[in-house]
Amino acid sequence: MSVRAITPDYKVQARDRVENFHGNQIVYVAWDRHLMFCAPFAYALPPTMTFAELRNQVMPEAFGLHEEFTQINWETATWLLDNQPFTPDLNQSLQAQGVGHKSVLRFQTPELTGFQGKAV
Amino acid sequence: MSAKKLNLKDKYRLLTRDLDWEYSYADRKKAFPYEEFEGIKITDWSKWEDPFRLTMDAYWKYQAEKEKKLYAIFDAFAQNNGHLNVTDARYVNAIKIFLTGVSPLEYQAYQGYAHVGRQFGGAGARVACQMQSIDELRHVQTQIHAMSHYNKYFDGFQDWTHMHDRVWYLSVPKSFFDDARSAGPFEFLIAISFSFEYVLTNLLFVPFMSGAAHNGDMATCTFGFSAQSDEARHMTLGLEIIKFLLEQHEDNVPIVQKWIDKWFWRGTRLLSIVAMMMDYMLPNKVMSWKEAWEVYFEEAGGALFKDLARYGIRMPKFVETTEKEKEHISHQAWWIFYNYGHAAGFHTWIPSDEEMDWLSEKYPDTFDKYYRPRWELAKKMEAEGKRFYSQALPQLCTTCQIPMGFTEMDDPTQIAYRSSDYEGEKYHFCSDGCKHIFDQEPEKYVQSWLPVHQIYQGNCGGASVEEVLRDYYKLNLGADNLDIKGSPDEQRWKEWKGVA
Repeated sequence: MSVRAITPDYKVQARDRVENFHGNQIVYVAWDRHLMFCAPFAYALPPTMTFAELRNQVMPEAFGLHEEFTQINWETATWLLDNQPFTPDLNQSLQAQGVGHKSVLRFQTPELTGFQGKAV
Repeated sequence: MSAKKLNLKDKYRLLTRDLDWEYSYADRKKAFPYEEFEGIKITDWSKWEDPFRLTMDAYWKYQAEKEKKLYAIFDAFAQNNGHLNVTDARYVNAIKIFLTGVSPLEYQAYQGYAHVGRQFGGAGARVACQMQSIDELRHVQTQIHAMSHYNKYFDGFQDWTHMHDRVWYLSVPKSFFDDARSAGPFEFLIAISFSFEYVLTNLLFVPFMSGAAHNGDMATCTFGFSAQSDEARHMTLGLEIIKFLLEQHEDNVPIVQKWIDKWFWRGTRLLSIVAMMMDYMLPNKVMSWKEAWEVYFEEAGGALFKDLARYGIRMPKFVETTEKEKEHISHQAWWIFYNYGHAAGFHTWIPSDEEMDWLSEKYPDTFDKYYRPRWELAKKMEAEGKRFYSQALPQLCTTCQIPMGFTEMDDPTQIAYRSSDYEGEKYHFCSDGCKHIFDQEPEKYVQSWLPVHQIYQGNCGGASVEEVLRDYYKLNLGADNLDIKGSPDEQRWKEWKGVA
């Protein structure tokens, strides 16, 4: 479907194209079933950033507020990239492993069940 | 012999429709360029039944009377330090949301009705829209006056128009109206007059006004009474526009249905802020959001849609989702603001133990199971001196612009993720409803001014969140934002009330 516009051949440019972010791309990151954090976080990151940098340097500031964060076993944590199972390569850049502009990264830690075991 | 006085009916005709004229040398289509592009077919404008049987002179007289009484009460409220009679300093935060989030919409409505009041080919519709336009302007003015008293004593009221245009969560109401006003005139009326003013308005107005009454806020409550007769007229315009369009041509039915689907969902998302206000912000509760939804939408709306079925109109799409959402939405919305209370222009707090018990009672199937644990965590951290605020910006829904904090309704510990690809770009949504709206008109929503992305694009000044809040949003940091505990608002309140 498309919009009915009064202007013939109504064409617009998307406001959030990657080139508007000054060399960064937007990546959303969420920890499933840990609703202490009300929503996924949005980060503006260089596409050349490695996955290790994202996980070890970017994520702890916000995710680290959760007392279970330091207990995460990253060897067994599972990931979804844009809703598809994904195995991150820590040493590769985001771009090189398909983490694109406005991609959603979610991780799961089934053994950590959140505050009071209630997914919080 | 003096001229015979006109009877009301003649006077009404002469001062409204009789002001119209036939186009003898100009092209009528050029005079009303917005009338056809939406695909709506009007075969006979004379079939329009005027919802407001009012002429301008009667209107001024009537409104002036109401105004006199209203301002007498505002004066009395101010002279008697009316702000001291509200239940608690927490209450005032609901009014801050009203002033920054709702009053500017009255102004948008004034502009919107002025625009469509020029664009309809039928004089009856033009007159009705012009009248409503003036009403809306009056509403924004009286609301400002009603709430101005609080500006002298509480933080967060000082720069509400500026805030409305810039602050992240206020993009939710702002974009709602921008969406309606950038639509054609018929969609605007279905969006605002029908879907909002007719179907959903009781869920905005009644909670705020009875909330004011229950919490000792005479000024806001009196404004509400003064606007009530206007609102009743606005509802009749909502009903007239839908019946008129449906009776004019059968081809209008699917177009109108599409707009109802869209604006019902847009409206429910906008009302999530009212939901949290009712359940969390009012010290004296009126009723729960769930109860309000049942009374004002499920019962009243259900009857309305039964009535519209004879035109081939069905219940709005995704109405079955709202039946589940009424159990969750207020809790999820207030949690978003609790998480981002450092970036809000009003105060947030943890519900008291008593309030949590009230929530358990009102939400027996969901509160203890899903939401009490969130507040227990917040309480524990607060007790340890670690009242937490989220340290990264949230992902927003492209359509409603609310942080992606709503869950799957059948799996309430899982955030709901929906997405669409359009011309090589990814777009994310909080719900099937918001995704559906995008998919119908992607050209419109790829332009969404999403506050989080705008900050990252450098369009909101500042390199840090603090700079954005202070310099771009103009929040008085440390006064307008953060928890109510320890706020200047709370401190002053305690001093006035003589409590330590």
